[in-house]
Amino acid sequence: MADIAISNVTKSYGKTAVIHGVDLAIRDGEFVVILGPSGCGKSTLLRMIAGLEEISGGTIAIAGEAVNEKEPRERGCAMVFQNYALYPHFSVAENIGYALKVAGVAKAERMRRVREVAKSVGLEEYLDRKPSQLSGGQRQRVAMGRAMIREPKVFLFDEPLSNLDAKLRVQMRLEIRKLHQRLGATSVFVTHDQVEAMTLADRIVVMNAGKIEQIGTPSEIYDRPETLFVAGFISSPPMNLLEVTIPVRGEAHAGDIVISTPAFLAGKPGAAAMIGVRPEHLEISAQGRFSLQAEFVEKLGSVQLVHGSFAGRDFILQCPATQPVAAGQRLLFDIPAAAMHAFDPATGARIPKVQPAGRQNEPVAA
Amino acid sequence: MDRRATFKSTWLAFALIAPQLILVFIFFYWPAAQSLFWALTLEAPFGGATQFVGLQNFETVFSDKLYWNSVRVSILFALSSTTLTMVMALLLASFVDRQLAGYRVYRFVYFWPYAIAAPAVGLAFRFIFAPDAGFVSSINKVFPNLWNPALDGLDAFILIVIANSWKMIAYSFIFFLAGLQAIPRTITEAAAMDGAGVLRRLWDLQLPLLAPTFFFLLVINITESFVDSFGIVDIITGGGPARATDLMVFKIYSDGFKGLDYSMAAAQSIVLMVLVVSLTFVQFRYVEKRVHYA
Ligand SMILES: Nc1ncnc2c1ncn2[C@@H]1O[C@H](COP(=O)(O)OP(=O)(O)OP(=O)(O)O)[C@@H](O)[C@H]1O
Ligand SMILES: [Mg+2]
Repeated sequence: MADIAISNVTKSYGKTAVIHGVDLAIRDGEFVVILGPSGCGKSTLLRMIAGLEEISGGTIAIAGEAVNEKEPRERGCAMVFQNYALYPHFSVAENIGYALKVAGVAKAERMRRVREVAKSVGLEEYLDRKPSQLSGGQRQRVAMGRAMIREPKVFLFDEPLSNLDAKLRVQMRLEIRKLHQRLGATSVFVTHDQVEAMTLADRIVVMNAGKIEQIGTPSEIYDRPETLFVAGFISSPPMNLLEVTIPVRGEAHAGDIVISTPAFLAGKPGAAAMIGVRPEHLEISAQGRFSLQAEFVEKLGSVQLVHGSFAGRDFILQCPATQPVAAGQRLLFDIPAAAMHAFDPATGARIPKVQPAGRQNEPVAA
Repeated sequence: MDRRATFKSTWLAFALIAPQLILVFIFFYWPAAQSLFWALTLEAPFGGATQFVGLQNFETVFSDKLYWNSVRVSILFALSSTTLTMVMALLLASFVDRQLAGYRVYRFVYFWPYAIAAPAVGLAFRFIFAPDAGFVSSINKVFPNLWNPALDGLDAFILIVIANSWKMIAYSFIFFLAGLQAIPRTITEAAAMDGAGVLRRLWDLQLPLLAPTFFFLLVINITESFVDSFGIVDIITGGGPARATDLMVFKIYSDGFKGLDYSMAAAQSIVLMVLVVSLTFVQFRYVEKRVHYA
């Protein structure tokens, strides 16, 4: 059992606060991905769990025991670093087996376990090589093997895939997920790549500027972003956002464009709001009520993204690659009410939909 | 791309390197040639005919017991002072690298001794370690005559070793610190996660990765303790007591300028020069071809 309980944790370097009161409960065996833009404090949080960074305030408990004052080696965590941090003068076998050597495991036993681990990460043939004689992907595997051999309670990953090429990244992602299924150890994975987050995570923690914006399963985060930041940060292409006023309930005005908002989208008449809708949820049709002039078209294989401006803001439509679209062309589309998200522009908080009589759940965007 | 600066006029290039060349010529090649000339001749100090004698001066030097004493003292001095210097420098550098309290101040302060001229260091140490009046004299109050570099050869030897190391630590410190800081922090962090404590990390990771710096400093320190220790010996012990601190470089001076035996002094300085040149050769040959990891 190794759940991680982070309560009201803060971190400052001198006078600069970089983590402002983070609360997070990670269940035993869960795979949690911390996602956020560069500099938001993801690594700092991870390194505080690892014991590589002092905790300025609050507590972190692993398996029910506060670890604030514990050395890294007493915490039962293993970490995979972004630059792999392999020992350059050790062979692959020595790299993987170093933890056992430090722990005083006898040589024969050590070699047996090194071989076992090397086999499971596909490095058997490279045991005698130095890290400098390996490819990026192989180094990555050594780093994984080195973490695995200790059979840790908790795996920590700090952007371990960001130095790999796209294809290898997808492959290693799969391997990490498989490894997790096999070992079942609690895992915390830091990344700024949302595809990585979506595919790996049981739950995603979205961070911004030292605070947690939202915690939820990948589909919760995608379907129901709790803040304007999450809405704009998650998924690519990003969500289209429109600044509107709501003079009458059910109607949103963006300049002289009138968008009919579902009656159950609450909002005090006269209030300002941000309305968001994902490019993939817009309906392009000859009968569409809105129009957008294509400025350029981005072809992504099976789909294409049409960039233009709508209501004075950059706007993206997604349509199948089969539809002929050229720059300069005018496209008609509709905004389905169910796919709309609304946010308070002042606080960034989601404006919840009012449940209409007879409906229990918020309809999931199509 | 060629990133070297190139000069259109060769004359400008010569003009710019001329000052350096002139200095090297006047202070190195010319005296070296002079020494060689003296070493191969016999000359009366107050004028008179100069006589070519071949290697006879060297034979005299090598058959002189006092010379071999100074070789022995010099080697002992080089070994002890280099060991002390490097151990202390590494210790201080790893303290600063670990950012122990006050490391910002130490980073600057540690370098100052290197900027102090050797005779000044000697003078300071002579006062501090004076058996009757210095800071260390309190030891003699408790244990009479335990410490007296003016009479006890070992005490004197220890004193010049300490003084020389104190001055040289700064240089090694800077190199060790730079070397330690060039080791990616994540490597030591990974080792910490693997369970290795501070000393274990130093032994398993930092020292092996510092090996090139280590060999470089070893050669530099040995060379320096052969040639740069004159000021310290001259001021603190004057080679005594009973030649216990009669380093090769000091013996050259005392034979030449006190004993007025130029030929013997010149022969000795040629020997010392050959020694230093071969150390430098070792340096270029083996150390410059250092192992590169990663
Ligand atoms: N040693 C330090 N001293 C001062 N500030 C620091 C230090 N380390 C990190 N910071 C600051 O803390 C903030 C969070 O850094 P952190 O490394 O956790 O970001 P991150 O979310 O991991 O970003 P990235 O995705 O770029 O790795 C940054 O603004 C950074 O400048
Ligand atoms: Mg980071």
